[in-house]
Amino acid sequence: MPVGVSHYLAVSAVIFAVGVAGVLLRRNILVVLMSIELMLNAANLAFVTFSRASGAVGGQIVVLFVMTVAAAEVAVGLAIVLIAFRARETTDVDEMNVMKW
Amino acid sequence: MLEHAWLILALPLAGVAGNIFLGGRLGRRFVSALSCGVVGLSFVVSVACFLELLAMQPAQRHFERHIFTWFLSGSFKVEGTLLLDPLSVLMTLVVSGVAFLIHVYSTGYMAGDSGYRRYFTYLNLFTFSMLTLVLGGNFLVLYVGWEAVGLCSYLLIGFWFQKKPAADAGRKAFIVNRIGDFGFALGILLIFRTFGTLEFGEVFSGAERLFPSGSTLITGIALLLFAGATGKSAQIPLYTWLPDAMEGPTPVSALIHAATMVTAGVYMVARCSALFVLSPLALAVVAIVGLATAVYAASIGLVQNDLKRVLAYSTISQLGYMFLACGVGAFAVGIFHLMTHAFFKALLFLVAGAVIHALAGEQDITKMGGLRSKLPVSYWSFLIAALAIAGVFPFAGFFSKDEILWETLLRRGPLVWALGAVGALMTAFYMFRLLFLVFHGTARHEGHVHAPPFSIKLPLVCLAVLSAVGGLVGAPLLFGRHFVKEFLSPVFRHVNGHVAAGTHEAGAGHFVVSELSMAVVSVSIAVLGIVLAYRFYVISPDVPQRLKERFARLYSILFNKYYVDEIYDTLFVRPLVSFATALWRHVDALIIDGAVNGSAFLVETASKVSRRLQTGGVQNYALSIVVGAIAILAFWLLR
Repeated sequence: MPVGVSHYLAVSAVIFAVGVAGVLLRRNILVVLMSIELMLNAANLAFVTFSRASGAVGGQIVVLFVMTVAAAEVAVGLAIVLIAFRARETTDVDEMNVMKW
Repeated sequence: MLEHAWLILALPLAGVAGNIFLGGRLGRRFVSALSCGVVGLSFVVSVACFLELLAMQPAQRHFERHIFTWFLSGSFKVEGTLLLDPLSVLMTLVVSGVAFLIHVYSTGYMAGDSGYRRYFTYLNLFTFSMLTLVLGGNFLVLYVGWEAVGLCSYLLIGFWFQKKPAADAGRKAFIVNRIGDFGFALGILLIFRTFGTLEFGEVFSGAERLFPSGSTLITGIALLLFAGATGKSAQIPLYTWLPDAMEGPTPVSALIHAATMVTAGVYMVARCSALFVLSPLALAVVAIVGLATAVYAASIGLVQNDLKRVLAYSTISQLGYMFLACGVGAFAVGIFHLMTHAFFKALLFLVAGAVIHALAGEQDITKMGGLRSKLPVSYWSFLIAALAIAGVFPFAGFFSKDEILWETLLRRGPLVWALGAVGALMTAFYMFRLLFLVFHGTARHEGHVHAPPFSIKLPLVCLAVLSAVGGLVGAPLLFGRHFVKEFLSPVFRHVNGHVAAGTHEAGAGHFVVSELSMAVVSVSIAVLGIVLAYRFYVISPDVPQRLKERFARLYSILFNKYYVDEIYDTLFVRPLVSFATALWRHVDALIIDGAVNGSAFLVETASKVSRRLQTGGVQNYALSIVVGAIAILAFWLLR
């Protein structure tokens, strides 16, 4: 069975779903951040797949952008996590809910 | 000096600024020196301007000093101009001169008051406002001064605002004045609509050129302007604020009654004589209101027991005479009476202040008496002022009042003259009633009589001299020339033709009475009043009591001032107050506040529910994003 576009897309969808589940369900903020990375990379996979299938390079260029954004996001995200941990001595997102009414 | 006429205004204004910014640090001595000094210098500049004007040819005595352009919009242009002509310079002399003496007097009178600096700041501002009013070269500058004197009178009448009557009186003065000012403002707007300009010269020449005598438009303008004058100059029906205005410090009453406030209306009518002469109806209204006020206020003055209140009614009455003079077309005579009246009325009030000061605040004349030997300067000053206001030859009031009555007789006939003469009789009577009750007879007061300080005596003497000889500048029978009339004639040159044509035909032709014999009659009337007062209050003091019992009803009507305050209260004040209360209770508190509070309540309730959405949990937000994304996706796929 040749590996076609739909296979790549299926893998991408699965990884994305895993990422969404991780963001929504996990309590550890580091894991949440990693799950976001998963979602981004699932999107990257889909981009590359379509780019290759259609022969246009635009998708691959976008992937480079996404990776840059992901790197920046991790840098800022980890800094926030660090500060939050120093302030609250926890990495549990359920305990970081003071920004409310 | 005319080029520097702006100094007349700038000096008192500098006094205001100096009092505000430096007076607190430099103390009372500085405040007194500054306040008196600036007004004194202002007077000196006025005198210099007067002399320079006098040196010119009569026809050229008209000088406009342009200071700045105030409004410039299309063809509409209002200049900040000072106008110096005989009328305004004469007014400036009277205002700054009398104000200066009152400033000096105040340094003695207000010496113990805690609001010393505030008082002198207001006083300087008052002088400045009035000088702006008389020097303004167009209606708008005049209006600025007009409103500013209203404001200052409010501030000064309510100077002792801790006392409720004073605060009420200040408010009453302000509100009653506003009613008149409303008419005045409408008049100015109508002038602008008609002539497209507010400059005096253009308006007056335009009126003469464009409108025939008796034109409705001019009558409307003149009547509206006169409505303003009735408020400011305390004429029927807007006079009620003036008797209450005595709640202020006595020198303020002197200032308001003599120099800075109530004369504004007379000045304005004289200034607008070119408009008034075009409307016989407006002139008749002015004359009738003036005459009615003169007689009416004098009759109230007969029975009042408060020293200052009698003087207040006498001011209203004398202002009535000035308007009577203007109404019969003798504007120069009205201004002449304004001038002499400024001297003796300021003097009367200052003496009243000295007496009240000496008796530690007593104002009831039935509790005075026998002060002649204790307060000699006050006594003689008061005597001179009383003779002047009664119109006894050769004191100041004689010349002006006699001339008003003479012009009235000439132009309106004997009936109007007779009413005016009755008013004069009452004037003489109530003034000497005051004199006898306060200074003669036995002392009806207890306690020590304070001797007035020098700063109080000096203005009294100056004003007494002016009251005695100030009328001689208008004594044609003595000198063959009427200096005031001659001096003012360029301003009123357009008057004669109109008035002679428009008024009563029972003029000089029918009456062969000479001016001299009428003068004798005037003096006899005054003397009759004095003799009556002497008989009532010195020879047989029980007569007034008997008369009071005999004519109890008439007495109570007069004593209660014809119940006009009560009538106004019922007709206007109370309905307005209850209307305002109803608006407050129902419209303001219920509808407006209800709408505001209701919308606030609505927002609060709604947000109490919706704020639950903001949980603070990041994952909840992420979930809603996911749900939204899925929903959009589902929408596009299943469509």
